[in-house]
Amino acid sequence: MIYKVISKGEFRRFVDALVKSNNSLGPRQVDTDSQGNPVYQFKPVQSVEEIAFDYTATTSSAKHLFLPFREELSRFSFHGDDWEQQINYEADPVVLVGLRPCDISALNILDDVLLNSHFPSPYYLAKRKNTFVIGMDHLPLPDCFCKSMNHHTVTIGFNLFCSDIGDNYYLSINSSKAFNFLKEFEIRDPSHDDNCLLVERRKLIQNSFQTEIDVTALPSILDIEFDSPVWEKWGQKCLNCGTCAMVCPSCYCYSLTESCETNRKGARREKSLYSCNLVDFAVVAGGHNFRPKNGDRLKYRYYHQHRGFAENGNQQICVGCNRCGRACLSGINPKDVINDLRMEKESCLICVSSSPARI
Amino acid sequence: MPDMRFVIPRQDINRENFASSAPDFNRRSEMMNTDRGFKCRITNIVRLTEHEKLFQLRIVDPLERAIFRFKPGQFLMLELPGYGDVPISISSSSTNHEFLELCIRKAGHVTSALFTVEEGAYVAIRGPFGSSFPMDEMAGHNILLIAGGLGIAPLRAPLFWINEHRDRFLDINLLYGVKEPSQLLFTWQFEEWEMINHIRLHTIVEHGDAEWRGKRGKTGMITNLFNDISVDVKKSYAIVCGPPIMFKFVCGYLDKLGIPMNRMFVSLERRMHCGMGKCCRCMVGSTFTCIDGPVFDYWSVMNLKEAI
Repeated sequence: MIYKVISKGEFRRFVDALVKSNNSLGPRQVDTDSQGNPVYQFKPVQSVEEIAFDYTATTSSAKHLFLPFREELSRFSFHGDDWEQQINYEADPVVLVGLRPCDISALNILDDVLLNSHFPSPYYLAKRKNTFVIGMDHLPLPDCFCKSMNHHTVTIGFNLFCSDIGDNYYLSINSSKAFNFLKEFEIRDPSHDDNCLLVERRKLIQNSFQTEIDVTALPSILDIEFDSPVWEKWGQKCLNCGTCAMVCPSCYCYSLTESCETNRKGARREKSLYSCNLVDFAVVAGGHNFRPKNGDRLKYRYYHQHRGFAENGNQQICVGCNRCGRACLSGINPKDVINDLRMEKESCLICVSSSPARI
Repeated sequence: MPDMRFVIPRQDINRENFASSAPDFNRRSEMMNTDRGFKCRITNIVRLTEHEKLFQLRIVDPLERAIFRFKPGQFLMLELPGYGDVPISISSSSTNHEFLELCIRKAGHVTSALFTVEEGAYVAIRGPFGSSFPMDEMAGHNILLIAGGLGIAPLRAPLFWINEHRDRFLDINLLYGVKEPSQLLFTWQFEEWEMINHIRLHTIVEHGDAEWRGKRGKTGMITNLFNDISVDVKKSYAIVCGPPIMFKFVCGYLDKLGIPMNRMFVSLERRMHCGMGKCCRCMVGSTFTCIDGPVFDYWSVMNLKEAI
């Protein structure tokens, strides 16, 4: 890692050069919500003017670039009784501008699951290798809890990371590609003052978090509270729409479908993103559903998010961006569910037990 | 006009040197061609019962046929182009490198389509995936194989193994229960093995018919068969496969008898979409059935929530 400092104007010229020469995605305001707040999404950008560097958070995450909602895995072409399978692992270079630390952490988690595991996914690898990631730090929203999940800072998984230190950006350069591009612009080594400003900036971010969740020993609490009435309570609110998984930056479950082309000369094998909250997630042939109740499915989402699976060494995959909490139509958010599970007083609504621990 | 100085070069992961080199920011990754299916010809189809057929497959490419090796208990993803793929346990001998046999019940979209396929058709297989029964660890012990319904299909591979290495094992008991006598599978083969290799076969049905009598003609639940056999708990391994409700009763009974939990093996079933631990459809507790299973010892299954 090399550290440099660049002025904000120069940085804009750098981003502009990159964006004009490559396919690029950046945060853009697409609309306003019912309260008049801007709604941001990662959208294609052609020049630096279109990028909203000071955006709060995008509604959808950047994972859709790597795990599109629908993706063709392979294609069959039929010749009489026989067929041929064609697979293409291809992706075009893309520049991703303005990713937040939690989004980059989510990509690192996806790398863990999809690349550093038993069967690395070549589809993901092709896209990941062809993506140039520029990260930027930001002040957290009131409901972000990245700090509790320890994802408010990030040290790997990006090509370039910018920390806002007043008039300049403090750059962490993590790839030779990024360094070569920056050679064309005016950059300088950080001075002692710049380092101090960086420390201050980091402290400011650290102290700006208003939401905290106690995740100490959460995996074992999830195990112990497997039959807790909390799940039924929140399950009754859940609409089974799967929105939480769609906006989540680290959810990757999918479903496979195959369809014949109308001329019956070929077939496509496609994967589409899925959610463990959808009713038929655990249905097996013959119609048996291993998780028939809302609460069971909601519980499994929290299991996966906060306990992790064998693939990523039982690490928590939640990064604390609270996109699911913001997007949920019935107001289910991780903070309340987890606090409920921990039997925290302020949000505990099930204090009906005679056990003194629950009062 | 793009400025060529700032154009990011495209990386083609189909080229091997890119695949083996570290990505841009020093992260380890490897490539495997697991999405490509081995093309198979269906060489024979045997109708076993009203709802089950035995498909015999032969991998077309000689090199791929030589590569494809599996262990008893593993499964593969069978793909019918245009319809989809389904996880199917391999029920042929793991030492038979020429043909694969799959016992398939007509249950869903893909298997229904498979039932209309005729001999000579081409399908694709991916795999083999998953864990296997520890046949070497079991050597030198009595083996108790307990199957309910279609649970006999995954048990056929270890049964083949036991028959081929009969001298390594002590007493073998196969307990096999179904709903009706017409649903019994492979009984001709088991009777043959009983005569040649002294594998004791005990069958039971829930609802018998007029012809269901004699030595084998028992009616009741599979747990009734335990009265017929004596289990030496110190020297026994058990393999259980069947519907989830059966695990509870059978494994519970064996546990009470005193067989250690790590000597009871069960094979779980889930609807997998990838077989590679990526789609999460087969998750049980914090475990994937496809990469950590489908064969688990009972201790692991007991610790997985909602497994059975």
